[in-house]
Amino acid sequence: MIAIYKRELKSYLTSMTGYIFMAFIMFLVGIYFTAYNLTYGYSHFGYVLSLSVFAFLIVVPILTMRLLAEEKRQKTDQILLTAPVRVMDIILGKYFAILTIFTIPIVLFCFYPLLLSRFGTVSYLMAYTSIIGYYFLGAAYLAVGMFISSLTESQVIAAVLSFGALLVSYMITGLSQFISSTAFASFMGFSILIIIIAVIAYSMTKNMAFSAGLALVLECITTILYLYKATLFASSISKLLNVIDLASRYENFVKGIFDVTGIVYYVSVILIFIFLTVQSVQKRRWS
Amino acid sequence: MIEVKNLVKRYGDNIAVDHLNFTVEKGQIYGFLGPNGAGKSTTMNIITGYIAASDGEVIINGHNIFEEPELAKKSIGYLPEIPPLYVDMTPYEYLKFAAELKKIEKKERKQMIDEVMKLTKITDVSNRLIKNLSKGYKQRVGLAQAILGYPEVIILDEPTVGLDPKQIIEIRDLIKSLSKKHTVILSSHILSEVSAVCDHVMILSKGKLVASDKPEELSKLMVGSNTLELTIKEEEAKVREILNEMTEIIEFSIHSSVEEDAVDITLKTKQQIDIREKIFYEMAKEKCPILAMKVSNMSLEDVFLELTATDKEVRQSQLILENQSIESKQNEEEQEDDSNL
Repeated sequence: MIAIYKRELKSYLTSMTGYIFMAFIMFLVGIYFTAYNLTYGYSHFGYVLSLSVFAFLIVVPILTMRLLAEEKRQKTDQILLTAPVRVMDIILGKYFAILTIFTIPIVLFCFYPLLLSRFGTVSYLMAYTSIIGYYFLGAAYLAVGMFISSLTESQVIAAVLSFGALLVSYMITGLSQFISSTAFASFMGFSILIIIIAVIAYSMTKNMAFSAGLALVLECITTILYLYKATLFASSISKLLNVIDLASRYENFVKGIFDVTGIVYYVSVILIFIFLTVQSVQKRRWS
Repeated sequence: MIEVKNLVKRYGDNIAVDHLNFTVEKGQIYGFLGPNGAGKSTTMNIITGYIAASDGEVIINGHNIFEEPELAKKSIGYLPEIPPLYVDMTPYEYLKFAAELKKIEKKERKQMIDEVMKLTKITDVSNRLIKNLSKGYKQRVGLAQAILGYPEVIILDEPTVGLDPKQIIEIRDLIKSLSKKHTVILSSHILSEVSAVCDHVMILSKGKLVASDKPEELSKLMVGSNTLELTIKEEEAKVREILNEMTEIIEFSIHSSVEEDAVDITLKTKQQIDIREKIFYEMAKEKCPILAMKVSNMSLEDVFLELTATDKEVRQSQLILENQSIESKQNEEEQEDDSNL
């Protein structure tokens, strides 16, 4: 794991990618920092960070796109997968490498509140919970990006897909407001979701009977539930969609709350996507 | 050393490796031979744990590659078809990375890398970026990576592709010297390479093992004919006349030669018969100088073609052969008619 971590980190630092990533984040946060904190004298650094969350949509794909896609295209994954290391170690090594690159601007951000305190009183609590939240949010986005990079051989496709996935996650709360909150609408939403799950199941297993059976069983359960207790469904689909909204969990941190549920949520997202990445790499060996 | 049992790899409906069984003994060089798409690379990828098998098992040094991959992979060094090189590293950095990956002790690393670089003759380029190296050097860096750590089994997928003739000989010598301490498995679709290097040849066709034996034994498999190539300084008609009288010859063909006033002859006899002396005396009697005579040993190639061809191809090639012999007989008859007139 350490060998892969070292190699990956070095490759980011000897090529442009790592620097572009860091420069872009620093540049964007720097602009907001200058505008809000320095020019208008607003003392809350967390506000600047929360405004620059959208930067992740652009910079995370830059960092993660080549992570596994390029290995596959150049066939360098052969040296990794035939070496006496576990796939989990390979993925962890890679993940910690991008996390380290991401940590560099975060460490620099930690000085910003100190800088601000020269000009007035600064709530360190609010500033540093914001930075911690920002770090976990970014780390979760990186895990998603890494997973998407493992799905394809092309860096460009990986970048576009990651951007799309992060964009959907970023906008989902806004979008879900347009969905009717009645129980029936949610029921329909779930039905569509079940069909999507069945299609995914079919594309993975190529087993018509299994995926059709799965769809039928799930559909029956939801129908029975709907007929039995329709109130359960009211606005549930938008609640479900909000689960994938990573950015909204960040708001508590900006308010100065060290939100443990938020941390647990982000760590869960990271673990799930690391697990999925391992599975995706393993799956390639079997197909 | 390596046991492969009932190995199957399916890609959808396509069977790439079809119930393969073989064992590999210590300290020998094994050669996988087969046409493109015969399943050589797939088999190697499965043995090294890069891809999983649909069925069957591979046991390396008593460790099942699917159940104890880390232990099994420890005793394997692998050079895939395309060397897995990180092009933005120098060979030295790359080998250092490979050494760490293979969990070689820290104090041994540097010395081992130096040794391996010397063996594969890449010391001169060890500080240049891999992307600036020629194909031959890249191949050698890949080879160095496979040898690194001196694993018990070294698996090389087409190790001499892209090398110049001098390098090919060097790499072959290197592989031969490796076999003193290691077991080597290499794949190739070049016959001469396999017969030059390997102690044991396994011929694969469509994922099946069609033959597995020593190269000499494999040639013996081919019952049939001996082929002789001759260059004789004489007119074609005269030579034809002499050869027609020899009953031992199954068939022959005469072509024009690069030598002036001479003809090239390819003739086939039954396997047990050595016709060289007789030809010499016959030609001498007729005062036809023999400029060159050589036994052409094509039999391993024949074995290979025979074993790897599909039934259809075999029938076609047989048909072509028959047609040729019919034509040559017809030609002879016609010429005889001409001379009679």
